[in-house]
Amino acid sequence: MTSTEKTPAVPAPRDADSPLLQVRDLHVEFHTRDGVVKAVNGVNYSVSAGETLAVLGESGSGKSVTAQAVMGILDMPPAKIPRGEIRFRGQDMLTMSGEARRKLRGAKIAMIFQDALSSLNPVLSVGYQLGEMFRVHQGLSKKAALARAVELMDKVKIPAAKNRVHDFPHQFSGGMRQRIMIAMALALEPELIIADEPTTALDVTVQAQVMDLLAELQREFHMGLILITHDLGVVADVADKIAVMYAGRIVETAPVHELYKNPAHPYTRGLLDSIPRLDQKGQELYAIKGLPPNLLHVPQGCAFHPRCPKAQDICRTDAPALHTLGEGRRSACHFWKETVHG
Amino acid sequence: MAEPTKTVGEREPILQVRDLVKHFPLTQGVLFKKQVGAVKAVDGISFDLYKGETLGIVGESGCGKSTVAKLLMNLERATAGEVFYRGEDITKLSGRALKAVRRNIQMVFQDPYTSLNPRMTVGDIIGEPYEIHPEVAPKGSRRQKVQELLDVVGLNPEYINRYPHQFSGGQRQRIGIARGLALNPEVIICDEPVSALDVSVQAQVINLMAQLQDEFDLSYLFIAHDLSIVRHISDRVGVMYLGRMAEIGTDEQIYEHPTHPYTQALLSAVPVPDPAAREGRERIILTGDVPSPADPPSGCRFRTRCWKAQDRCATESPVLAVPERFQGSDSPAAHASACHFAEVKDVVGAA
Repeated sequence: MTSTEKTPAVPAPRDADSPLLQVRDLHVEFHTRDGVVKAVNGVNYSVSAGETLAVLGESGSGKSVTAQAVMGILDMPPAKIPRGEIRFRGQDMLTMSGEARRKLRGAKIAMIFQDALSSLNPVLSVGYQLGEMFRVHQGLSKKAALARAVELMDKVKIPAAKNRVHDFPHQFSGGMRQRIMIAMALALEPELIIADEPTTALDVTVQAQVMDLLAELQREFHMGLILITHDLGVVADVADKIAVMYAGRIVETAPVHELYKNPAHPYTRGLLDSIPRLDQKGQELYAIKGLPPNLLHVPQGCAFHPRCPKAQDICRTDAPALHTLGEGRRSACHFWKETVHG
Repeated sequence: MAEPTKTVGEREPILQVRDLVKHFPLTQGVLFKKQVGAVKAVDGISFDLYKGETLGIVGESGCGKSTVAKLLMNLERATAGEVFYRGEDITKLSGRALKAVRRNIQMVFQDPYTSLNPRMTVGDIIGEPYEIHPEVAPKGSRRQKVQELLDVVGLNPEYINRYPHQFSGGQRQRIGIARGLALNPEVIICDEPVSALDVSVQAQVINLMAQLQDEFDLSYLFIAHDLSIVRHISDRVGVMYLGRMAEIGTDEQIYEHPTHPYTQALLSAVPVPDPAAREGRERIILTGDVPSPADPPSGCRFRTRCWKAQDRCATESPVLAVPERFQGSDSPAAHASACHFAEVKDVVGAA
């Protein structure tokens, strides 16, 4: 990789303790005809090498927009980042030049998208698309790039990769296409992978295959992984720590075991309680009342208060700060003490 | 098995499906279309749906579960086989007789965004069934009926003049359910009714469906791929694979004592929402993909991905019946399973 040997503008600090990626007070707005949609309102999170952070939230919670901002693939305009920092190995990616950022994207930070069929170009063979990574970033010849593409397809366990490298995306099944997406993300051996609902479009047996593969490759390359999902089951299986998002804010962060055992935010508790459980069969499922808010009119105070069983007057007026409960545990609830103790 | 069996126990079957087959022809040629093969979407399925019960159908995409739904609604013509509604074969009906039967079998669709006409008001959408079956509600009382239905599904009756785009996904699904209820049907076929909804809204819709079932004594055929939701709402569960029923039984039999390898793999693949279950959990990771239904494997459909497959599986199609070794036993493993080597395997399955 010749491009990285030309020293980057700021030498990247390489101590093991500092996180790979740090997002600080990130705000993202979309300026639309109907007004300003505040999709992300002050998000903080960090990921270290080898660590898996799961960002959990429903549609409209801002989890994907945050990831797109990190990746630098938001359409601006209509999107705008009025405030915030996104530091990769200490360097703020929002202030660096477009050229410097482009060098990081793909090479150091890669993304896996939800829908593999619409993310792959239907008129180019998968070998060509995989090889493009090497041709563009490393200046390899067509032939050498194709050889690397075959290696990658082997790596993600696509059978008979050599014969299939000239096939087109539609000739692969959904699970295979998602493997190709993973291969593409891995091509330049990035340090951080952002996976946006990587298995949502897949069947459970295939989902298990793909998640297994992802975990194996993460261990092998010691990558940081940000997994964006709404599936509480997948999160429990793979995450080290979790950030729960609601209406553009992080409402709770916690190590995985503690979040499931003892949620400190009523929204998290509601999500966990609404999973059908064996001993509740035949009874009514717990349901969070109401609907997720319209981001054009986020409720005053705590955004969750209209749906919260614990809401009091203070919740309607004051937005709660993210209280620190302990090591890696935070909750944006005025009543986190009561919540965490049941 | 071609004749419908009479009442089992005290319960009466309301729908009886016998050897149902649907093949979609594959053709070649522009002017002279010639059939070169067939997609065997549903290939010999039999089951009963009893009054007031919920039968869950699970399976992965392409297993034919949605085609079954369409066949029961007579939206597709069956290639072979029968569907008996109260003893009458509805696959051969047409015209007025079919219309009369359809009144009693209604459907709720998966996608609340595309299954409602954006140019019709909610009142027109829910009231449209009355245009086709005017005997249910005379013209003058329709508006009131629609408002009652809105109330029943938990929407404000004053929303009657609104358009679908003014509602959220969960509310739209309630509109779809209200439309399904309009004609007081006995059977509602739900094809993935909550999979397009957010987690926090899914529970609301599931609760509504359970409550309506009690209130109107409905029978549900509940098709979904989310195994934990199916378990929550179903009395019995059928597992489909590549156009056939692999296993069918009560929810406890299927989830706690599955004997078909596919069911076992499916259950073990479901992520458990409890990080403590991460260790000490044996997962069966299947290799490969589901074969094409246009060219299914000989014998047992699952044998190409099955770790137990032997020569016999390639030649002999297993029958869906209580496996020999469990016959006469009252263990929960004694339920219909289409496998030559059916046995209980301890899998930590979905909650």
